[in-house]
Amino acid sequence: MAVKVQADDFDLAAELAAMRAGNHNIGAVASFVGLVRDMADLGDGGRDQVTAMTLEHYPGMTEKMLARIDAEAQARWPLEASLIIHRHGRLQAGEQIVLVACASPHRTAALEACHFLIDWLKTEAPFWKLEQTPDGDGHWVAARDSDTAATEKWR
Amino acid sequence: MKILYFAWLRNKVGCAEEELTPPADVTTVADLVAWLATQSSGHADALADMQVVRCAVDQEYVGLEHVIGAAREVAFFPPVTGGD
Repeated sequence: MAVKVQADDFDLAAELAAMRAGNHNIGAVASFVGLVRDMADLGDGGRDQVTAMTLEHYPGMTEKMLARIDAEAQARWPLEASLIIHRHGRLQAGEQIVLVACASPHRTAALEACHFLIDWLKTEAPFWKLEQTPDGDGHWVAARDSDTAATEKWR
Repeated sequence: MKILYFAWLRNKVGCAEEELTPPADVTTVADLVAWLATQSSGHADALADMQVVRCAVDQEYVGLEHVIGAAREVAFFPPVTGGD
């Protein structure tokens, strides 16, 4: 029920506390946090050190798509609250990129909706990653078939 | 109409957005791609393989056969890579 696209970092505990504040129907909160890894897949089986990445997005469409994905989760599961925070801009290895959280009376809906949101977000929300490696060259991360397959299983 | 380019398409085209008026015989996204490719070698390079380019018209994902109509904003970009 809340979508935020921001450059700033987020405080997981504070965000979850705010999400469930005052709602005593909530018996379960599930959350997922995505981080910048320091190793990149090169596509040829090799790996390269990543020092930082820049996340580009499509302002306007991003918020619209995230709100739509959020509404889809609300329609499929009995959620009391949900939250998507996706960062953009330059991020260092180890930093938080994305938070997805769902709250419901019982655990199954919260866990499933959380899994659904992160899978759908990866293939539906217009974000692109530019990874920076120590040699100074940036390379655009290619989409993975496994992500598309992860989304397909929810259709 | 406003044409937007993201990620490596922007690098290849050389700009993030441009205001263009396509000729009247441009009706679908495929027509627009063919016309844009004539604008510069950068455009042609960016739009050379539409298997790996996605399109959104007025911020909705569409296919090459989509009729552009009175669209205000058309965006071209690679498959998305958000999340973790």
